[in-house]
Amino acid sequence: MYTQSMDIPGQQPRAVAAAEQGAQEQEFEARIAADRKVEPRDWMPEAYRRTLVRQISQHAHSEVVGMLPEGNWLTRAPTLKRKAILMAKVQDEGGHGLYLYAAAETLGVSRDTLLDQLHSGKAKYSSIFNYPTVSWADIGAIGWLVDGAAIMNQIPLCRCSYGPYARAMIRVCKEESFHQRQGYEIMLALANGTPAQKRMAQDALDRWWWPVLAMFGPHDSDSQHSGQSMRWGIKRVSNDDLRQKFVDATVPQAELLGLTLPDPLLKWNAQRGHYDFGPIDWDDFWKVVNGDGPCNRERLATRVRAHAEGAWVREAAMAHAEKQRRKAHQEAA
Amino acid sequence: MSDRQEWPLYEVFIRSKQGLDHKHVGSLHAPDAKLALQNARDVYTRRGEGVSIWVVPSSAITASDPEDKASNFDPADDKIYRHPTFYTLPKEVDHM
Repeated sequence: MYTQSMDIPGQQPRAVAAAEQGAQEQEFEARIAADRKVEPRDWMPEAYRRTLVRQISQHAHSEVVGMLPEGNWLTRAPTLKRKAILMAKVQDEGGHGLYLYAAAETLGVSRDTLLDQLHSGKAKYSSIFNYPTVSWADIGAIGWLVDGAAIMNQIPLCRCSYGPYARAMIRVCKEESFHQRQGYEIMLALANGTPAQKRMAQDALDRWWWPVLAMFGPHDSDSQHSGQSMRWGIKRVSNDDLRQKFVDATVPQAELLGLTLPDPLLKWNAQRGHYDFGPIDWDDFWKVVNGDGPCNRERLATRVRAHAEGAWVREAAMAHAEKQRRKAHQEAA
Repeated sequence: MSDRQEWPLYEVFIRSKQGLDHKHVGSLHAPDAKLALQNARDVYTRRGEGVSIWVVPSSAITASDPEDKASNFDPADDKIYRHPTFYTLPKEVDHM
């Protein structure tokens, strides 16, 4: 159940004795070891709760901010069909944000608090959305590569130890597959189009490739939260393993498009059974994460403005609902 | 920024097709039941996931306490005679 506000009869807040907490912690560890799910009102260590709130809310913020780069092309999609598809995709992203905020709320944090953290810049979202979408081919590249990378990342999360997060991810993954396919189809149309269209597709690939590889996060050796998250069954596959899997899957897809991945060091390594690839520019990654990407300020400002300008609608809807309730109450009396 | 009142939480249940139970699918915030229903339709049935929706204020749900799980549900474990497989019957009638 996606909520904290359920009423439990006779339940009173009470101080938990240290001994009891030790027993609870053991039970929790045993549950994790046995790969069983944790549900919202089960006892969990405070650090586990905090980690989940951070990860799920960052994920939710990413879905919501992720609507902005694509929303930029809604009014300029080349055909009515492409426009309808893009609209459906952007709508999905909004829905994914909702599933994820709802999962985070089960951990006892309110939606408003999470949104405040996003709007004040305290909470992060995926750095990939701080890059601009300057041509239509970027919409293709985002679907194919950004959503492709997201799927790679999200499939293992369907087995996350926290029930509501895992369930939200299952729903998200089901919907996400169309996102990647429509992106690849856009790239396919451009790659098989005029020379200028093919150049456009190649240009988008050149710009998105490295930021997408960075999306999987720092190398395992430098990843601050990875070890504990793996032990808790929140994270199932390491950053480097996911990144390798993504590269291996994407190389043949690029070949089929007749496009070149912008990495002179990319080479099949028969010994490893994987593609080798060049070093990622982590300085650029951290610059974008820490607020100095090409679009950080614009994205956040757009998001805050949308929220502020919608405030009167939310307040009016609430006032109307309260008025209706009062009226119904008076008529009944 | 959040001095206003947050919209109440609703739980959403969807009947995927006629003849099946409504099943919990998630939750959302809405000012009233009517808008909760409309939002649920927009968010949870974008791909023909259902033919009927229930929305319930989360605060109206009474739930069992996870701490009582053992006392509530373990007693069923030693009543294996409640299951058909407990009974060994002659082969001739064992499909009963």
